[in-house]
Amino acid sequence: MTLPVVLFALIAVVTAGSALGVVFSRSVVRAAVWLLFSLIGVSLLYFLLGAEFLGAAQLIIYVGGTLVLVVFGVMLTSQGPFAGPRTRPAEWLAGGLLAGALFALIVSASLDLGRPAPPTDQPLPGVGPLGLTFLGVPEQPGEARGLAFLLPFEIVSVHLLVVLVAAAYLARAKKKVAQPPTPGATR
Amino acid sequence: MVESLSEVLPHWAAVVLAGAIAAGLIVAFIGGAAYIFIWLERKVSGRIQDRLGPTRTGPLGLLQSLADGIKLVTKEDTAPNAADRFLFRVAPYLAFCAAFAGFIALPFGYQVIGYDLSVGAFFMLAVLSSEVFGVMLAGYASGSKWSLFGGVREAAQVVSYEVPRSLCVVVPVCVAGTLSLSQIGNQQVGWFWNWNVFHDPFTFVALFIFYITATASCKRAPFDLAEAESELVAGFHTEYSGMRWSFFFLAEYASMFAVSGLAALLFCGGWHTGFLPFEPAERFGFWLGNLLNVAVFAGKGFLGVLVMMWMRWSLPRLRIDQVMMTCLKYFLPISCVLLVGVCVWQLFVPPAVSASVRFVLAFGTVAFVFGVVVSAFALRGAGMPPAGELAGVWAKPAGKV
Amino acid sequence: MTDLGLTPFLTLSAFLFACGILCFAAKRNAIGILMGVELVLNAANINFVACARFVPSLRLEGQVFAVLVIVLAAAEAAVALAIFLNFYNNHATVDVDEGTELKG
Repeated sequence: MTLPVVLFALIAVVTAGSALGVVFSRSVVRAAVWLLFSLIGVSLLYFLLGAEFLGAAQLIIYVGGTLVLVVFGVMLTSQGPFAGPRTRPAEWLAGGLLAGALFALIVSASLDLGRPAPPTDQPLPGVGPLGLTFLGVPEQPGEARGLAFLLPFEIVSVHLLVVLVAAAYLARAKKKVAQPPTPGATR
Repeated sequence: MVESLSEVLPHWAAVVLAGAIAAGLIVAFIGGAAYIFIWLERKVSGRIQDRLGPTRTGPLGLLQSLADGIKLVTKEDTAPNAADRFLFRVAPYLAFCAAFAGFIALPFGYQVIGYDLSVGAFFMLAVLSSEVFGVMLAGYASGSKWSLFGGVREAAQVVSYEVPRSLCVVVPVCVAGTLSLSQIGNQQVGWFWNWNVFHDPFTFVALFIFYITATASCKRAPFDLAEAESELVAGFHTEYSGMRWSFFFLAEYASMFAVSGLAALLFCGGWHTGFLPFEPAERFGFWLGNLLNVAVFAGKGFLGVLVMMWMRWSLPRLRIDQVMMTCLKYFLPISCVLLVGVCVWQLFVPPAVSASVRFVLAFGTVAFVFGVVVSAFALRGAGMPPAGELAGVWAKPAGKV
Repeated sequence: MTDLGLTPFLTLSAFLFACGILCFAAKRNAIGILMGVELVLNAANINFVACARFVPSLRLEGQVFAVLVIVLAAAEAAVALAIFLNFYNNHATVDVDEGTELKG
């Protein structure tokens, strides 16, 4: 019962409980709030694992960006807080069976992994090495070129640009088709 | 603190106790600072509007915040019928927790910090940007269209202004070479020309752009459409009363201090006075030196908040389209240019030129401030015409009483 | 951290994955489906970072992949919301069971 175990238990309860809240809550806005707690829980997990940059990135991108976007979408398309469409019990059963089967499959596969030996307690590399990995700069100068993720980084950047332009185009305010002016009406 | 405590307690208890003490100190500081800020806001607004502000509650009106607090606690806790009860209750606490959690990574002195994250600057930006969620939920959950408009406008404004704000934070991070806030503070030890703001002209401009975009992110005037009193009743917190309303204001004052403190730390030397060529906590011992450090840092933060209050009561409010245009057409290109400029400066400018520019900026700023202060005192009362005859529509026609 | 091991993190990740699958199998609101997708992506990210922490040869790759997944998830959420807004403009509802023009 060391401190990391207790902390992990707390964060796991928060995250898992909030995920259940997302699934079972009736109103979409409440589901968004449960998703907020779940994403914050995931960010806390990253901090617990020592990936501080990822934890902060998760907060700023997911919570401060994506979730705000989702709530905007909910507000723009809402039809009243609890008036959403109801899911039939048969669909819940089918979805539950599928989810349960996948859960069992993944857990059995991960239990078979066995412990990585020996269990390591080294902290994760920080922001500096991570940034240099993205650029492909080797750790010691003169070494052969280290791990380079520059190409995926650039692809993702261009992808983000393309997607945002596309989203802005798709969501633009559509002009209504102009009625032809009736004869005799002033412009 | 963890190390000194773990000599006495087992390690896990030391960590938990250190965390609890740090959190308690931060909450106490935010509470005390909010107390002072409420009083300060009323005094500053009063003086700018040519009146006195609170004078009767205690000496200089200092107990006014206490009176306000008692009134708010004893108010009836109403909620509108159409409100979503759970979200209505949760929203103020979300906003406050986001503002409060930003103080974890903010160093108040030499090794006086909640937890020394290696990505402290990024963490503070991330957590302070989560405050928008509480405000948006408050706007939605109040069930009234005024609150909803306030919440949606405010979310758009805050999220847009985060981009130039983050770019302006990257500028001193480029100069310092690290995201860790305590290291950035440690690098600015010594005389005031070591401060990051005087390092090159791009960082100098970045201070002002950061300050303005941070004011916009805190929803302070002239960007305070969310609480635009003359337009939307009170924006997203129209339906809130009593303690829940005061939580929003605690959150606002906390985030104002957080961004002022961040500006002081990143640009203006943090806890260093700028006139001592050594680190006080190392020369005078941990407690005595850090007393000076915390006082200096809090003073710089208070100065930043004071200027925000000054701006609020002097400048007219911007419309939403002006707000968005200022962000996207002006601040965003400017901060991109600043980022590129500081990178080019770091790479290509020879050290001799860099050092001379640093001294020119530092002493030029000191001379400018000195000149402003001297001229303010010298011209006091000298430039204004005597308030005798009014001109314009209210002037009495000549010859009449 | 050594007594925590990799398995609890993988189990939590599987649970979040299952919740995400249930969410987008059973919800009819389009935004609810998007939330399920976000849960699935976060589950995968926890997997990446936990493996980065506990498997010595993956210390950098795990974090790199997690950053890329976060960015791509944000892009995908943006475009999904644009599509849902168009759907709402055309059908006056975000109930995905109403999107039946191509049926049959």
